[in-house]
Amino acid sequence: MPSREPPEAAHQLVDRLFRDEQGRAIATLIRVLGDFDLAEEAVQDAFIAALETWPARGVPDNPGAWITTTARNRAIDRLRRRKRLSEKIDVLARDATTESELRAIDPEPAEDAMAIADDRLRLIFTCCHPALAMDARVALTLRVLGGLTTPEIARAFLLPEPTLAQRLVRAKRKIRAAGIPYRVPPADLLPERLAGVLHVLYLVFNEGYAATSGDALVRRELSAEAIRLARLVDRLLPDEPEILGLLALMLLHDARREARVGGDGELVLLDDQDRSRWDRERIAEGQALVERALRMGRPGPYQVQAAIAALHDEALTPAATDWGQIAALYRALAAMAPSPVVELNLAVAVAMADGPAVGLAMMDGIAASGELDRYPYLHAARADLLRRLDRRTEAAAAYRRAVALTTNGAEQTYLRRRLVEVSTPGRSRRLPN
Amino acid sequence: MQYALLIYGQERSEEVPEDLMAAEFGAYETLTAFLRDRGAMKGGEALEPTATATTVRVRDGKTLTTDGPFAETKEALGGFYLVEAADLDEAIRFAAMIPGATRGSIEIRPVFDVPYATADASQAGG
Repeated sequence: MPSREPPEAAHQLVDRLFRDEQGRAIATLIRVLGDFDLAEEAVQDAFIAALETWPARGVPDNPGAWITTTARNRAIDRLRRRKRLSEKIDVLARDATTESELRAIDPEPAEDAMAIADDRLRLIFTCCHPALAMDARVALTLRVLGGLTTPEIARAFLLPEPTLAQRLVRAKRKIRAAGIPYRVPPADLLPERLAGVLHVLYLVFNEGYAATSGDALVRRELSAEAIRLARLVDRLLPDEPEILGLLALMLLHDARREARVGGDGELVLLDDQDRSRWDRERIAEGQALVERALRMGRPGPYQVQAAIAALHDEALTPAATDWGQIAALYRALAAMAPSPVVELNLAVAVAMADGPAVGLAMMDGIAASGELDRYPYLHAARADLLRRLDRRTEAAAAYRRAVALTTNGAEQTYLRRRLVEVSTPGRSRRLPN
Repeated sequence: MQYALLIYGQERSEEVPEDLMAAEFGAYETLTAFLRDRGAMKGGEALEPTATATTVRVRDGKTLTTDGPFAETKEALGGFYLVEAADLDEAIRFAAMIPGATRGSIEIRPVFDVPYATADASQAGG
């Protein structure tokens, strides 16, 4: 029996349901219709219908199934309307088949839950297909699989809404015209394509986490969405250690979210964060996940990065950080996914574990290659080691270079403070490290 | 779906030794046979280098003819396959098998399904 709830509650339920269920309904309809736009329109219609009828008539027992069924019926209506406009025989025949397939969608019985899961898994591989531009993959995944509206995504990426809408239109057109398949890739393609899906989720998370500009609420939503989608992919493709690793990595970083932004919205560096504000529940979940992943014996870059994040999260004070272990993990990461940025992080960890002189020698090697010359963190990290070695003139030059390159206000403030410190003769040369 | 696999690469400035040339042709023949066996081969040709190209434009009813390719680029169109593939993934698989893919690039273009082609027109060609 439908339960009667106050209209306000029905509105909130529709809102929550939109986030949780729209991707599911769209995925099912796209499978049958082979058409993103028609599927999205039908699902949108269904949510409008829910907003119109539920406050008065009560919320159905299984609201998610109601949405899918209503969307299916709206899609049938739309197909029929199109039929009246079209005289092409092949279109008519195709639409008739589609209509009977639409009728076959039944979201109620439990055995269809698996079929719905398969629909979403197929769709995520379509949205993250390497033939789409990376920004299109990100936008499409959030729009079609996530619970974000086009204006929300545009706000999160600081883009004008028409630009984002255009990006989505182009991506959908390419999927159709280029024949991008709607399926889980075969075994020989799966590892590569799964890595692609994880990369999209990682970018979505970082967009919501790393930047401090833009609408904080929407950015939080982006990170939450990335975590939600990673959980979904994990449920659909269980026991893939890199999926678990990415999910753990995101949780272990997200746990510090409250502590990394100060009262005026400025970024607070890891060393200066109030660790009592870290989310212990998220940390525990992330740790359990990364341990489970590593026990599978198929390590990968996300698992290693998650293990590093876990070591930082475990330390109750910065001084308690196990830098030796972190350096070992960065060495493993550098072997799996070599990059100068990983080398730099390794050098930082080594400097913390074995002293600044060893770390500095490694950083000088990185600096000599010139690859990170415009990367502010190289100069900031070198400056810190030079300062700790009391090589003040060189430290000041490196701080100056870092200040010139960084665009983040909080980091500039920090670097300037250090620059003054090393440039002032006779002053106590050490702040706490 | 049909796809054109356009083979782009740097044109060789000097004469290629005969044995290398033969190996290259052999590799292409193997691929062509593979596509033919699967019923995926719809056509394809190798092209003479851009030094032999002529570009034609009609403006105000006048035919303008110039020597050379449409655009001077580092990588030039050297040949193409026309294939039937289930979807883009299969087309990508075929494209990756083209010998030239290891040196140059293969551009995959879906063949446009002309909506108003009548049965007569499609038979007119042969």
